[in-house]
Amino acid sequence: MKPFDYIRPESLEYAAQQQQRDGGRFIAGGTNLLDLMKLEVETPERLFDLNRMPMAQIEPEGEGLRIGALVSNNACAADPRVRRDYPVLSRAILAGATFQLRNRATTAGNLCQRTRCYYFYNTAMPCNKREPGTGCSALNGINRIHAILGASDQCIATYPGDMAVALYALDATVEILQASGGRRHVPVRDFHRLPGDEPEKDNVLEPGDVITGVVLPPPPQGVQLYRKVRERSSYAFALVSVAAVVRMDGERIAEASLAFGALAHKPWHDPRIETLLAGEVPSDAVFDKAADLLLEGAEDYGHNGYKIPLARRTLKEVLRNATGGGQ
Amino acid sequence: MTTRSMDAPDTRNLLDHTAQGVIGKPLDRPDGPAKVTGRATYAAEHDIPNCAEGVLVLASISKGEVLGFDEEEVLALPGVIAVISDERMIARSAQGGANEAPVQKVRNVEYFGQPIALVVAETGPQAQHAAERLKVRYRVEDRDNVAINPDEAKAEPHKEPTIQGDIDHAMKEAAHAVDLTYTTQGQVSAAMEMHASIAEWDGHTLTAHSSLQMLNYNINELADALDLEPERVRLISRYVGGGFGSKLGIAAELVAASVAAIELGRPVRVVMTRRQVFECVIRRSETEQRLRLGTDADGRLTAFGHEARVSNLPGEKFAEPVTQASKFLYAGHNRKLAINLARIHRVTAGSVRAPGEAVGMQALEAAMDELANAVGIDPVELRLRNIPERHPTMDIPYSSRKLAECLHVAAERFGWDGSDRRPAQRREGDWWIGTGMASAARVHNLANAQARVTLQADGTAIVASDMTDIGTGTYTVLRQIAAEMLGLDPENVLVRLGDTDFPPGPGSGGSHGAASTGSAVQLACETIRDRLVERLGCKPDELTLKDGFATCGNRRAAYPDLLQGADIEEIGKFEVGKIKGQYSTAMYGAFFTEVAVNAWSGETRVRRMTGAFGIGRALNEKTALSQCIGGMAWGIGQALTEQLMFDRRDGHIVNPDLAEYHVPVNLDVPDLDAVLVEERDPAASPLQAKGVGELGICGAGGAICNAIYHATGVRVRDFPITPDKLIAQLPDV
Repeated sequence: MKPFDYIRPESLEYAAQQQQRDGGRFIAGGTNLLDLMKLEVETPERLFDLNRMPMAQIEPEGEGLRIGALVSNNACAADPRVRRDYPVLSRAILAGATFQLRNRATTAGNLCQRTRCYYFYNTAMPCNKREPGTGCSALNGINRIHAILGASDQCIATYPGDMAVALYALDATVEILQASGGRRHVPVRDFHRLPGDEPEKDNVLEPGDVITGVVLPPPPQGVQLYRKVRERSSYAFALVSVAAVVRMDGERIAEASLAFGALAHKPWHDPRIETLLAGEVPSDAVFDKAADLLLEGAEDYGHNGYKIPLARRTLKEVLRNATGGGQ
Repeated sequence: MTTRSMDAPDTRNLLDHTAQGVIGKPLDRPDGPAKVTGRATYAAEHDIPNCAEGVLVLASISKGEVLGFDEEEVLALPGVIAVISDERMIARSAQGGANEAPVQKVRNVEYFGQPIALVVAETGPQAQHAAERLKVRYRVEDRDNVAINPDEAKAEPHKEPTIQGDIDHAMKEAAHAVDLTYTTQGQVSAAMEMHASIAEWDGHTLTAHSSLQMLNYNINELADALDLEPERVRLISRYVGGGFGSKLGIAAELVAASVAAIELGRPVRVVMTRRQVFECVIRRSETEQRLRLGTDADGRLTAFGHEARVSNLPGEKFAEPVTQASKFLYAGHNRKLAINLARIHRVTAGSVRAPGEAVGMQALEAAMDELANAVGIDPVELRLRNIPERHPTMDIPYSSRKLAECLHVAAERFGWDGSDRRPAQRREGDWWIGTGMASAARVHNLANAQARVTLQADGTAIVASDMTDIGTGTYTVLRQIAAEMLGLDPENVLVRLGDTDFPPGPGSGGSHGAASTGSAVQLACETIRDRLVERLGCKPDELTLKDGFATCGNRRAAYPDLLQGADIEEIGKFEVGKIKGQYSTAMYGAFFTEVAVNAWSGETRVRRMTGAFGIGRALNEKTALSQCIGGMAWGIGQALTEQLMFDRRDGHIVNPDLAEYHVPVNLDVPDLDAVLVEERDPAASPLQAKGVGELGICGAGGAICNAIYHATGVRVRDFPITPDKLIAQLPDV
């Protein structure tokens, strides 16, 4: 681990300004950052420890709910309001990591967790995300956990998390404090980036930006599901995951909100699928059309081709279970 | 010292004629409380004053030469003491039982991840940072001249194949036959405790705390590497947090710490990171196995072929002995068994729990299932019909063998119904349900061993040997053997292990530790009993020892009264004599399992699993069953999730951590039902005990493969059976 300065800021505003001026990383649970620092994948000059900032509350916001940036994953998943009104979020969180990690991991930190690409983790290997301009080792390497959607020839890494996939389906909003003291709200669906030519940028945070919370919209009507396909029953990243919020109107699908994990550099959300499903009587034919849209540009990089049929099958499974239709 | 050679079956069966009644009892581990409360001190945890910290530097090329290091830059970093790349350091781990130093040319790089240097600093983080920063200058061998992947190298026969009769002809003539190729991917031991050593040098003697399985060999390996006489080396491994083969031979960190301690004149600690354990210790070779099985109309084997292709680094003598159980398990007069070894530049292949059978039985038992389906009989019946009378090649008798009993007992406990084996018949919601079974088999190994037993004047006893307890229960069973033989409450027996100052045992490996060292303990105790007989002045067969009292006819004396202030100390020296080769001796068992396979995703979850095992005398029912259960859990990992993935371009392991190398988690392992069948094997050891540590894994993965086929109708012949392989063939839902 590279030596670093440890700073426990007096205030969030101070932390934001200092970080914008001097660089460095904010740390909360550290469940991802510390691992990466030990490997020197991350070598920040300084850490701003935000753990004492008053951001660990879950509180109503309008008809929705505001999850403070420092709310632990377990606390969020266990909150009665989350469990009652946003079960997809609770289930997604509980599908991730281990109990011990979820006790430490925070809402904001989890949003910012970095890819599990094998080559990103290995400092002996070229990686555009870790060291821009060095190349992508995964492209012609072992890429069975890599992206089939939205990748670039610079990077085929995926966003590995579960919680964010549910937040995409819920259409949550990320609340950010800027170094200037201003606040901005970014729809979570716009928070993460596709790699493009700047794979080193995971998300839209600018220097000095601090996530202060995530705002959930008013509780959606209908069925909420999170389905995670993984090799072992716990402590494994998704091969494919689907978060779904589906409201029926009699025999027809009134509204469906879907997000997909482990397919791309960000949780995948494709509004065309939701437009297609709205108003339809659920059937396997309709589900297949939805899958066709989802997988339209899907690419097999050598070892991850299985994700294409797996995503199709998982989407159909979720839609059958959510709508009671199909077959 | 009492020496005895085992030249014939030991039919005295002493432990069934002693009075204490503690042998075999499921006693708790005496070391358990210390381990679970953190008071058991593992190698890296010894608090040694002035200890410097070393971190290994591993090569980031596949083959070539280290031309030099830019040391100046890292030596300028805070706390950094030295960069050492010394000709005594080792480039590979020693193979189990090597007894000499492995390849030492650390600057001559033969695989990606090879240790090439050690950075020493005042603190661990300083050393870690400097090791990461150290720039290495290489001459890199042209990729075209380097075989990295198994398919880039020609495989050569390893040892003489077994060829008997005419298998090609027998396959043609067979009423039923299968000719199948199974593959398994590389694996690692993934022991909880990472390889760690602290070395101290006093100018004459090198003392090291290290995490090792076989000190008796390790001392010679280290002495050879350092060019010291073994008398000037002492190794201490009182607690070992799992080994599973990865600590049979010394690894790079021990020699690096030793060299640094000698050079710097202060103690040096080197602890590998988890990634380093993956990258530079030992892998289990991937295998490609061709199985040719042919039977007559009744399902009796006439052809038995098992040919395997494995890999290792150039120069290594070890080749995964895939066909080991195939030599003796089933009948079939026309046989061909062969191991072919490809030389490739990947981390050293070596012993990982049950080398040979773990992967060989996995494939064989899956092929046997395919054969049973071809014959159209219950797979249990197929196995029962093919238990040979005598060893099919060596024509020697079997010693005690409980395969049939295990098959019956486990089938009964499981509730096996083998009458209808049509696949894809049972569905519960989104899950296909199926059952499968397999035999278990593992050769029994016995080794020379010494142990010292002291019956102290106060009536308590001490057992000492350099034998290790790698979590298997050695402390517990040696205590029970001595307590039984000496008529003591086990609480009054102290076992001291893991120190080369004690008499040498064979260590922990090949499941031979308990039976071998235990026999030495028993032997020492026999002599102590004779001494008590002398003091009591009676006949040996009149002696009864129980609860600290010796009774002989109408004389009864407490040990302190009998010993009169003087200890009785004896070293038992047990030797494997002419018994070797007289019998085919092995442990046997059977697995039955039920799995659920998700019809959408191909995710497989084991719902229940029963195993019955014949291991000779169980020295402690609880620790023996724990070994079996641990093996079955690993069988789940082998079957479903565990695989090393190597980058084809340079041979580096892409998943060298426990997040991406998937050992089973609690949720993957149901409540495993393991049971022992009663057995005594006089040819196995004077204790009538065989090995147990490895048996539980030998075939378990095959049973799961068979259950997946039964559930879904999909036969995946490439382990592990991950969802991507299944969904390619699963029907639409």
